[in-house]
Amino acid sequence: MRAIRVVAILALAAPALPVTTHAADVYAEECGACHLAYPSRLLSAADWGRILDDVAHHYGVDATLDEPARQIVAQRLGLPLPAASTAPATLPRITTSRWFVDEHDDVSVATFRSASVRSAANCAACHAGAARGDFDEDDVRIPGARP
Amino acid sequence: MSRLTPALLTAALAVPTAHAVTPESLMDDYTKEAHHSTPTFNVPSAALGQHFFEKKHGEWSCSSCHTTNPAAPGRHAVTGKAIAPLAPAANPKSFRDTARVEKWFRRNCNDTLDRPCTAAEKADLIAYLLSVRKGG
Repeated sequence: MRAIRVVAILALAAPALPVTTHAADVYAEECGACHLAYPSRLLSAADWGRILDDVAHHYGVDATLDEPARQIVAQRLGLPLPAASTAPATLPRITTSRWFVDEHDDVSVATFRSASVRSAANCAACHAGAARGDFDEDDVRIPGARP
Repeated sequence: MSRLTPALLTAALAVPTAHAVTPESLMDDYTKEAHHSTPTFNVPSAALGQHFFEKKHGEWSCSSCHTTNPAAPGRHAVTGKAIAPLAPAANPKSFRDTARVEKWFRRNCNDTLDRPCTAAEKADLIAYLLSVRKGG
């Protein structure tokens, strides 16, 4: 922990330090908070690639990374950039944008996954006026919820 | 749409991207957001925050890893790795970076509650952690 702090102080004091110092910092913060910041040699690049492909379900916990952090972690683990993956490039999603998440923070995952809603992309399930651009909060009716 | 736009602006203003924040300013930001999203929310409650922190929401509570003394180091419930104290009185780096705070709320609320935490829950939680003195 002390070593990490020293690195952080150095990074602040000397912004011209090599990028690798920053990368080590990001790796320690993003991967080393919950477990050891494992050296990349402990697994193959293919295995690291599989792990990085689904950090939202990371051995039972959510270890989601933002894109800049994910790229640094991938690089640190010896993966080519973009990370070796058969998955298509991630497209922007309305349902994961900040405003959407904030606006729906009182809606449970279970509600979004319920048979009558199925997906957060199914706006009209709760917003009857969605097709005409009406998302008025007062008119929201969640199927199955008490009015 | 006319109703949505001001709501978006409020949400954007409530969560600043600047890094120079304090636990108090973050609590104020979440409070403002909560007034918008949770009409029954009044002021942050340390007591509610403590209840939320210690309550088992499913398999886990916040205290599963952070312990019931947030001024002491915690321990990851699965990996056993030490976790720095969460209470600002015991950890000057705690609640000082909006992106970092939001990242951990995102991950941990999802794990513990299976949903994002509400702004009201976040404000209550910070009120509780601010009430914890060093040594617990």
